[in-house]
Amino acid sequence: MKRVAAGLFSLLTLSNCARAPLGYLEGAGPAARSIASLGWGLLGISVAVCLITGALLAFSIFRRRLQTEGLDGGDDRSALRWIGVGLSITTVLLLASAVWTLWTVRGLSDTSRAAAVTIDVTGQQWWWEVRYQSDTSSREFSTADELVIPAGVPVQLNLRSRDVVHSFWVPKLAGKMDMIPGQTNRIRIEADRPGVYRGQCSEFCGMQHAQMAFFVVALAPADFQAWWNHQLEPASNDPNATPQRFFVERCSGCHAIRGLSTGGILGPNLSHFGSRRTIAAGVLPNDPSNLARWLGDSQGVKPGSKMPELHLAANEVDLLTTYLEGLK
Amino acid sequence: MAIEIAQGLPGNERRKLLDIWETAPGLYGWLATVDHKKIGVRYLCTAFFFLIIGGVEALTMRIQLAQPGLKLLSPEAYNQLFSMHGVTMIFLYALPMLSGFSNYLWPLLLGSRDMAFPRLNALSYWVYLFAGIFLYISFPLGQAPDGGWFNYVPNTELQYDPGINIDIYSLGLIFLGISTVVGSANFVVTLLRCRAPGMSVNRLPILVWGTLTASVANLLAVPAVSLACFLLWMDRRYYTHFYVISGGGQPLLWQHLFWIFGHPWVYALVLPGMGIVSDALPVFCRRPLVGYTLVAISTVSTMILGFGVWVHHMFATGLPIVALSFFSAASFVIAIPSAIAVFSWIATIWTGRPQFKTPFLFFAGFVLLFVIGGVSGFMTASVALDWQLTDTYFIVAHLHYVLLGINVFPVVGGIHFWFPKITGRMMDERLGKWTFWTMFVGFNLAFFPMHLIGLMGMPRRVYTYSAELGVGGHNLLISFGAFLFAAGILLLLINIIRSRTVGAIAGSNPWDAPTLEWSVSSPPPPYNFAVIPVVASRHPLWEDRLDETADRSTIHHGLVLDDGKETVGITVLDAEPDVILKMPGDSLLPLLAALGMTVIFSGMLLINYLIVAAGAVWTGLVLLVWLAPRDHASAERPAVYG
Repeated sequence: MKRVAAGLFSLLTLSNCARAPLGYLEGAGPAARSIASLGWGLLGISVAVCLITGALLAFSIFRRRLQTEGLDGGDDRSALRWIGVGLSITTVLLLASAVWTLWTVRGLSDTSRAAAVTIDVTGQQWWWEVRYQSDTSSREFSTADELVIPAGVPVQLNLRSRDVVHSFWVPKLAGKMDMIPGQTNRIRIEADRPGVYRGQCSEFCGMQHAQMAFFVVALAPADFQAWWNHQLEPASNDPNATPQRFFVERCSGCHAIRGLSTGGILGPNLSHFGSRRTIAAGVLPNDPSNLARWLGDSQGVKPGSKMPELHLAANEVDLLTTYLEGLK
Repeated sequence: MAIEIAQGLPGNERRKLLDIWETAPGLYGWLATVDHKKIGVRYLCTAFFFLIIGGVEALTMRIQLAQPGLKLLSPEAYNQLFSMHGVTMIFLYALPMLSGFSNYLWPLLLGSRDMAFPRLNALSYWVYLFAGIFLYISFPLGQAPDGGWFNYVPNTELQYDPGINIDIYSLGLIFLGISTVVGSANFVVTLLRCRAPGMSVNRLPILVWGTLTASVANLLAVPAVSLACFLLWMDRRYYTHFYVISGGGQPLLWQHLFWIFGHPWVYALVLPGMGIVSDALPVFCRRPLVGYTLVAISTVSTMILGFGVWVHHMFATGLPIVALSFFSAASFVIAIPSAIAVFSWIATIWTGRPQFKTPFLFFAGFVLLFVIGGVSGFMTASVALDWQLTDTYFIVAHLHYVLLGINVFPVVGGIHFWFPKITGRMMDERLGKWTFWTMFVGFNLAFFPMHLIGLMGMPRRVYTYSAELGVGGHNLLISFGAFLFAAGILLLLINIIRSRTVGAIAGSNPWDAPTLEWSVSSPPPPYNFAVIPVVASRHPLWEDRLDETADRSTIHHGLVLDDGKETVGITVLDAEPDVILKMPGDSLLPLLAALGMTVIFSGMLLINYLIVAAGAVWTGLVLLVWLAPRDHASAERPAVYG
């Protein structure tokens, strides 16, 4: 009983909320942190208002009164004073909150610090295309479902959509921004320290909206440069190897891999796939058995996904699994 | 012609009125009635039925969400369920339920014998019923709307949603909009012309203020969503591109059109509910409402401000910061009128002497839920914080505290309060109190933890979630609370069904309430008032005891008007008797017109022009007969009033 009560209590605490992977009452970057302070502030006001009004309500119901029959009279001054006092306090609180909000917004829209990297993120049903921009076009490249960023500096994101409305959200780093077809929305994210932050699509976007997650991985700036350089290397370049031939035959209509001569853009770019955390935008942890499951039954794992059932033989699944997991 | 001053109307006069006003017996009468009380009860029953359907949908979803990764429902089934749950509760339950109360109560509250346009009233009900069926017709086929009640484009364009799901949604909402607009126009005109003499604007019950405000808002807001839906249907079936980028369209246009309707609509769903509390809570505090004038003003100003806050649903769409700041500030300001209402209710309880009857419990519980729903709304008004809160379960918590707290609790309290008037019998008190506590505890167990999982980042509109989010325990608790809440609704249903036959006989005024509806028998006679009352204060039945002024309302003698189906039309502002209005009798025209419209919309759904044309001709003919001039010479005469 005690343990149930303790469990229940821990469910209901706010610090528990702040620590959750998508909890935003604790920010890991300047933008999320300033919103978190505002959040705690408004939450405090809200809780206080509920408690005080609730107490007034309870006291007004249960207070002792003279028991008389008949009716009480019309409006008297003391009754109206309730509204006067309540209204004044409310107005002051609302005004203060509005000023605090606008102050926070002003801080969030400050772009005086130059962004270290610009990344184009394009939402589509139901995954994220990520393209790193550079002044030299040979240093640009694409990846999917994972954003690697340098820690401690602002990163500029250009958010677009290829099909329906999505919303880009990494609660530990910043608020949401919608990805709307036909327009580019810009947002800045910044992580204080290296770490992994979970992201999630937060605008209903069709059948698999629930399973459209991603990760932001913040690296120390030097590690980030090394990672970028590694991304530019060909991931696979042995045209005679059977696995690669099989991939080109069966998968490259939709998927590209750096180093291969052919590749499509309908599905995620799979260069260095073996180093990614998850399969199918956060549905499964990336390991060989899960990948085999996904290749063998994409519609069972993520119903409605644009990845068709491939009807592969068991040995073909093994072949592809080994090949893809080897792309580190 | 018998305009006479009757002192305590004799039985034969009442008989005569009954003959004039009573609905014909049998099937014909059932289909042709224009009695606002019968229509009101139909609204209440139909809306309650949709509440149960929407509730079952919610419970099914709560089973699926009770733990991470459950596979009871396919994603497609879940998306249809949550869409239909929203559409059902918002469009087919919440407003029609309030329309039911207002339909039943308005003429009784206002001292009139019927609504201004009784046949239009019947039409609005039939269209509501048929539009509800229309929206559900594809549900058994697994082709129900699946784009959410907000139905954002381009996810609902043909390219991404090729079935008939969204055509059902867009045509269904346009169809239902006809009912809403017709009903709203009727309320507005009824208020302007069909009050009892002396019922000046400062004597209107707050429920009337609430419904009036909501009705005016509906007249302005519903066309926006009808237009949005029509454009979407054109996009889907005639390849226009109002929302399609490749043709120069703009997806955000949908969001603006939808929310410029959607936000005022939310207030339309709560203001009459707040009105129910403002009128009925004081009865159980044995005193008039504190700050009547302020509450009436706050009702109207909430609605006016409500038209200037729609962008707070679109804070994350990348609109310019200056625009967002304006809408954020406006969204804070709209809390001020709500604060007036809250402190007025608390002051009413404080300075009164509460009687712990079931309706009081619902109204007092409502005040607390209103405050919780209010402060979570205040948090989402902050544009910066909303960038985190929006589209999480925090919003789900907020909107349910608002829509259940401010709509369902007052409605259920109102059912307990007016049940004796409607049926002539009291509802069971003991069962009523059980109902309240089951609903109240269940409600808070189901919806309070949603604030927390929202703060933990659980996104809304998801058919499943990852165990990594750490919200499995909360969701189990929520699902349990949802079932407890449903058990409360079941108790209510049992109480209603039992009390209809075995409840204690109520008498005309069981709660010793002050307003006009309690001056007539329970249930009221078809003609409502044997004589047209003349109102002298806000509390006609409490005048002698409150003794605020020397004036007294006259309820038991006055105009009889038994020379045909007649009621008094008054001047708009001063409520002076102006004309005698000839009211229409039973008529099948409203049903026939609604059937014709159903044919039109079915034809549009099937893209079959023959059916559309047949329905249009049919509806046109019915309307011609409806509007055919009758002998108006005797229809309206100047009222000679003694």
